[in-house]
Amino acid sequence: MTDNFKEQLQQAHERGDYASLLQLIPYAKLIGVECSRLGDELLFRLPANKDNIGNPLLPAIHGGVIAGFMELAAALHLLIFTGSPGVPKIIDFSLDYLRAGQFRDTYAKCQVCRQGRRVANVAVTAWQSTQSEPIATARAHFKIEETPSP
Amino acid sequence: MTSNPIFERATRFLSALRHCQVLGLRVHSASDDGLTITLPYSPQIVGNPQTGVIHGGAITSLMDTACGMATLCVLPEFEVCPTLDLRIDYMHPAEPHKEVHGFAQCYRVTTDVIFTRGFAYQDDPQKPIAHVVGTFMRMGKAVKGTKGFAGVIGGATK
Repeated sequence: MTDNFKEQLQQAHERGDYASLLQLIPYAKLIGVECSRLGDELLFRLPANKDNIGNPLLPAIHGGVIAGFMELAAALHLLIFTGSPGVPKIIDFSLDYLRAGQFRDTYAKCQVCRQGRRVANVAVTAWQSTQSEPIATARAHFKIEETPSP
Repeated sequence: MTSNPIFERATRFLSALRHCQVLGLRVHSASDDGLTITLPYSPQIVGNPQTGVIHGGAITSLMDTACGMATLCVLPEFEVCPTLDLRIDYMHPAEPHKEVHGFAQCYRVTTDVIFTRGFAYQDDPQKPIAHVVGTFMRMGKAVKGTKGFAGVIGGATK
């Protein structure tokens, strides 16, 4: 990772504004991921976008987009909160679809359930109407770069 | 490239899915045993700008689509089959500037649920970049959205 990216990360975190950081990730731009800091929490938003539709008749957001959004949210959450020197690498990703993702804004929040020295476990919840009615829940394992001991 | 009724159905189905068009997905091959969908490399799906490696999310979209469409290979008539769950194990990152193929098949079909599995690879199917299992719910034929869809893909609905 270049110093430029690290600097951007640092600045973004200080300002609580992650737009410039997300601009650096083409896939995040493609599906349109946004991120904001609420107090000590991060809230991810996927605005309704016709290009993200899977089933055109319902219409519903493509399941793969919801997964991609949640996976990206989990990686960014880890990157921002662990201060790890590199982008975490995904090991596995498991998600349960609970409701159809309607053509409207989708939100996601993450929780780091366990962070070991090499691997982190992150849970992600995605919802549209209210957080207590998630459209999907997921968990992911990431390989994190070991921070060199001081 | 083979041409057969399942391939034709799969191709028509895929062309109706907007996000799949955005990703440029196309049906590579299809038979009773399963199907293969191809995801071309493009700069817009890159997840790591430093390496040019595509984002896992694009592979998840490919594999969710492939597993979901594998139901077309085993069902006599078109049914809407929403994903219940999906699990992806990433073996290693995809090589930049190369397309990714996603093969998926159904290994168990019950009255309510279809179990699918698949893998994503680039040059060598023996060296997958990801393994996937997914379960899909059978909604039957009389579900909102089915009728129009069956019309779109020209399924065997009578």
